[in-house]
Amino acid sequence: MNFFRVFSRAQSSAPAARERLQVLLAHERASTGDSDLVSKLRDEILRVISKHMEIDDDKVNVKMERGAQVTTLAVDIEIPLDAGNKKKKAA
Amino acid sequence: MGKVVVVTSGKGGVGKTTSSAALGAALAQGGEKVVVVDFDVGLRNLDLVMGAERRVVYDLVNVIQGEAKLTQALIRDKRLETLYLLPASQTRDKDNLTPEGVEKVVASLRKAFDWVICDSPAGIESGATLAMRHADVAIVVTNPEVSSVRDSDRIIGLLDSKTVKAEAGERMEKHLLLTRYDPARAQRGDMLKVDDVLDILSIPLLGIIPESMDVLRASNVGSPVTLADGRCAPAVAYFDAARRLKGEELPITIPGEKRGFFGKIFGRKAA
Repeated sequence: MNFFRVFSRAQSSAPAARERLQVLLAHERASTGDSDLVSKLRDEILRVISKHMEIDDDKVNVKMERGAQVTTLAVDIEIPLDAGNKKKKAA
Repeated sequence: MGKVVVVTSGKGGVGKTTSSAALGAALAQGGEKVVVVDFDVGLRNLDLVMGAERRVVYDLVNVIQGEAKLTQALIRDKRLETLYLLPASQTRDKDNLTPEGVEKVVASLRKAFDWVICDSPAGIESGATLAMRHADVAIVVTNPEVSSVRDSDRIIGLLDSKTVKAEAGERMEKHLLLTRYDPARAQRGDMLKVDDVLDILSIPLLGIIPESMDVLRASNVGSPVTLADGRCAPAVAYFDAARRLKGEELPITIPGEKRGFFGKIFGRKAA
């Protein structure tokens, strides 16, 4: 239908589909149920931090990017200046 | 307050997920704030079609079970600032979708977005009925083929009885989206005619999406078809459908008919 494509890029989309599926399925097969390493890490990191201060759930941003070789996990937590004090008072 | 739209069909494989992604993107491309919600717990695919599969951290079930905040589970599209995805859970059981949980999530989304598009799973079980439960508008995706039309009829019955709107005695707004329409087969007379489908289902037509390689290509690369190539025939059809959804009145063109073809292409270019 789109004849511009013929001139611009003869590139097919199937290899992209194959690569995306391979990465996705590799992750899904490795992480059945609770054995997902990344979600375990995420939960434990948050638990450790909340031991020392109160975390406002809205100020926590967890991002993940699954790649073919590595997965990056970014946990972004806003720590208010008086976070430590509050916890001591509560204890 | 945003509008809640359910994209449903009864039958599987007719193009619910493709249409949810394409309509969501088309609305967002017009500047509307849109969230597309995957209700297919256990068999999610909207993330894959939208190219966000590597970035899913939390999902709908996590939000309903209180394990994550809604804002943490929403994934913003990398290409469109106003397009968001709320993925379904891949590992959890669909029984984790509670009616109360879904009601809360949909209510919060309605406050934050102009459009909440609920991509329903196939079938008529709890996943499908929960997806349509709080809808203001329903899009019934149908292929011009006997079993799809029959299943659509069944779904229309559910929309008129099992939704909050129906239970309150209000009329549910329903639209037909005819997908995988093949002009060549239509010309040979081997496909149900548009008018026949409309006659049988008697709900207004939102658009006709032609069967096209462009749809397959877009899903291969993980992009809604309106974003992958905004000028291809299915994308133009989805853009028009999105405008009709917003209330505009546009004449429907049946794919394969030459009339209006160039006008459409150049009209789109200018926009």
